[in-house]
Amino acid sequence: MHTLVDAHGQASRSALNDPKWVRVTLTSIAVGFIVLFLCAPLVLVLYQAFSKGLDAYIHALSDPDALAAVRLTLLVAVATVPLNTVFGIAAAWAITRFDFRGKSLLTTLIDLPFSVSPVISGLIFVLMFGAQGWFGEWLLAHDTKVIFATPGIILATIFITFPFVARELIPLMQEMGFEEEEAALSLGASGWKTFFLVTLPNIKWALLYGVLLCNARAMGEFGAVSVVSGHIRGLTNTLPLHIEVSYNEYDVIGAFASASILAGLAIVTLILKSFLEWKQGKG
Amino acid sequence: MKQSRIMPGFKPALSFTLVYLVLIVLIPLSTLVFKSLQLNFDDYLAIITNERIIASFRVSFVTSFIASIVAGVFGFIIAWVLVRYSFSGKRLLDAVIDLPFALPTAVAGVVLATIYQPSGFLGRWLMDNFGVKVAYTPLGIVVALIFIGIPFVVRTVEPVLQEFDTTMEEAASSLGASRLVIFNKVIFPNIFPALLTGISLAFARGVGEYGSVIFIAGNLPYISEIVPLLIITKLEQYDYAGATAIALTMLVISFVLLLLINLLQLWARRRSGQN
Repeated sequence: MHTLVDAHGQASRSALNDPKWVRVTLTSIAVGFIVLFLCAPLVLVLYQAFSKGLDAYIHALSDPDALAAVRLTLLVAVATVPLNTVFGIAAAWAITRFDFRGKSLLTTLIDLPFSVSPVISGLIFVLMFGAQGWFGEWLLAHDTKVIFATPGIILATIFITFPFVARELIPLMQEMGFEEEEAALSLGASGWKTFFLVTLPNIKWALLYGVLLCNARAMGEFGAVSVVSGHIRGLTNTLPLHIEVSYNEYDVIGAFASASILAGLAIVTLILKSFLEWKQGKG
Repeated sequence: MKQSRIMPGFKPALSFTLVYLVLIVLIPLSTLVFKSLQLNFDDYLAIITNERIIASFRVSFVTSFIASIVAGVFGFIIAWVLVRYSFSGKRLLDAVIDLPFALPTAVAGVVLATIYQPSGFLGRWLMDNFGVKVAYTPLGIVVALIFIGIPFVVRTVEPVLQEFDTTMEEAASSLGASRLVIFNKVIFPNIFPALLTGISLAFARGVGEYGSVIFIAGNLPYISEIVPLLIITKLEQYDYAGATAIALTMLVISFVLLLLINLLQLWARRRSGQN
């Protein structure tokens, strides 16, 4: 917390250099922009969801299609997040604990899914598993569906959320170094024991934040999932797709009730991020 | 970095990382290249030079460009205020900046469309007072992309402003430079590369953005139809070749633009270094 106080002290001193009218104008612009552009949408989600009262809200969420969408969204998250978490830890361990050729290329490639449009991320799985895709005929012969079915949705979501955990862990573990781990190892602790008792406690908050970001995106992904899902009601609609369908059918309560669940998830993510920053500031 | 001799787990960790990367990212992405190799160049040109497709490229790139510039201006002001001034509620405002990162794009899309449609609370106000129609026009796309782009600018400029050495300002001030001169000659040149990075990140994200745009865009061919939507339309018609050609073109243009922006950044950084 000391560094924060110092930063604030310094900031207020140099702020004296800006004339008062400049300070007031800029602060008003910034606050006005944030309130109107960022806060208003968040408030409006809740306002619209409850605009016909609590009963209508509950009714909208207990609609069978909405429940099916919630179930599918949870299934996708459960299938996606653990895989990408294990990957993130393995990648961070390899990249930050060892030297090898092609390391910076590997780091760049891990970030690749971030620079691909969500729609293209869906398209590539259609090109692989769609009716005219690489494995299209084989899948048809074996009576399996990937595209317009749950496996396609899960695959596209894994691709989209691929970098999240690794990206949180790599800079932290780089900065941490590995003296503590070496000490444990040289005292005879096994590799796994060292990881669970030394590494994990040090990275747990960043790991949790990475997992939460990954989960939020997995539950909220729209573009990529929209390409591979086929929009079959009650079957391949995730929550974001259910929002789209309800909205396009002028079912405002239905759309915003589902949206409020995802907005709640976003708020939890933001709170955890602030908490994490506060913890790091303290440590 | 120093290599550790006793650290275990290199082979399993790296093998798993590589296998997973190849299976999930590299093989799927390579389909785009292989699929487009099946097209001969004339077919490809015929697809890409279609008037409706050219129009959608214009819509996507122009709206993303305008939105990233606007996000750059406001993002810079917000970062400045958050770093330099202190006022109550600042921490809360700072936390809200990340909302567009955390909020699913479909939610952002329906909310923004609801706010800016002719009967929405900002849409009606803008219509009555200025005669401006936002939703279902290219302006709507710009608004959605500003929303998406703002955290990219704030989060890249903020740390650079924070680390900026204020003694440089004090030195300039004690030598008699006015506040405006100090900003123009001392502060801005040092922040500019970061601002450019933020703007280009917002731009790159805007070009590929789909969920937050389609609800507010109105999706009129030639006017407010974005490239990602056209890819989906082609797929719905089972025109895989068309979809691939458009997607590949978009990826290549985006990468070339990012390369140009990186060069521009290098140039800006050198210049500010010389000053």
